[in-house]
Amino acid sequence: MYLFGLFIQSVFIENFLLSNFLGMCTYLACSSKLKTANGLGLAVVFVMTVSGVLNWSVHHFITSPEALSFLGVDLSFLEFLLFICVIAAFTQIAEIVIDNKFFSLYRSLGLYLPLIAVNCAILGASLFAATRELPFLPNLVYVFGSSLGWWLAICLMAAIREKLSYSNPPQGLEGMGITFIMTGIISLGFMGFTGMNLAKSTKKSEQVKVVEKKKIQK
Amino acid sequence: MGFKEQLFEKNQILVAILGICSALGVTTRLHIALTMGASVVFVTGFSSLFISLLRRHIPDSVRIITELTIISLFVIIVDQFLKAYFLPLSKVLSVFVGLIITNCLVMGRAEAFAKNNPPLPSFLDGVGAGLGYAIVLAIVGGIRELFGFGELFGYRIIPLSWYATADHPDLYRNIGLMYIPPSAFFILAMLIWGVNRYKMKREG
Repeated sequence: MYLFGLFIQSVFIENFLLSNFLGMCTYLACSSKLKTANGLGLAVVFVMTVSGVLNWSVHHFITSPEALSFLGVDLSFLEFLLFICVIAAFTQIAEIVIDNKFFSLYRSLGLYLPLIAVNCAILGASLFAATRELPFLPNLVYVFGSSLGWWLAICLMAAIREKLSYSNPPQGLEGMGITFIMTGIISLGFMGFTGMNLAKSTKKSEQVKVVEKKKIQK
Repeated sequence: MGFKEQLFEKNQILVAILGICSALGVTTRLHIALTMGASVVFVTGFSSLFISLLRRHIPDSVRIITELTIISLFVIIVDQFLKAYFLPLSKVLSVFVGLIITNCLVMGRAEAFAKNNPPLPSFLDGVGAGLGYAIVLAIVGGIRELFGFGELFGYRIIPLSWYATADHPDLYRNIGLMYIPPSAFFILAMLIWGVNRYKMKREG
């Protein structure tokens, strides 16, 4: 139940594109056609989930302050560098593998892979997950849910932008300007979710701990 | 000269539409926006300089990962500096400092300019692009803080006596829209609109 709550939370309530505003540049560049947006979204789901898991291991075994304490070093300052290297290396390897082995997939997905290395949503997901210190399974659910949310959001916007290209906005506002206003209105809609918290732990032992803590504070 | 062009005519946010993510996340208050702007100026300037110095030695196939490594080096410097001297500010900025690495603006300058040009023009181009970004961030941050909180840099601008109270409910109120992120979209859209109109008028 906790994992399901976390999943819904990361898809809708903390939607990466619409309430954290990550991955905006890629979104603005690639959302004028639904087909492109869909391919890009799929590629993001793939890369974000795998690199989220890889970066979890990097954080857990190398850069968290306790990880290498037996050597007497704290490598937490290297976190940014290692995260981005993992992401960039992974996208490059994935591109090569997909290009050689699955050509039909390459046409729909591989074209976007180099773009994704510099998508802030991917790095953002890893950084958010690292600051929250999630265990392995919740981390997997969190990054997968976030990537699905990103896919959902970009498809939603691309569908509207396709219709928007036939409309007649004021002079000078067409193109980017009207897209910004439209994105703002949709994200206002998603703001309606804020304050909800579904990712509460339902385990009894943890609830008991919280109650005990409160008693001690009193 | 490239520097001035980057500041106004080719402003990276308003004309090239790059680096939007952080423009929305960090502009609730003016001083936060300015810190972010200064960090970006530092990172774009020096990463452009070093990428341009190494431009003949970076193989084309691993270009992106090398550029990202250089950029993240400077981001780490900024992050450590903020943590050491401005801890509360660095808590507010949290992951947004790290996200400068993937700010398309930095990468865009590296790819479009620094990789084909000598060091000094690249450095100036990077600083110019960063400053253009900082100016837009400051405008958005200023508008949002002034109308959202009635303050600038944390000092009160709109006097408290103007505000609506229980006795006088018909007086001034803060605009609630301004301290949630979507307002940045609307402000940016208006700025882009203004810039486009200005260009149209000048071109006739």
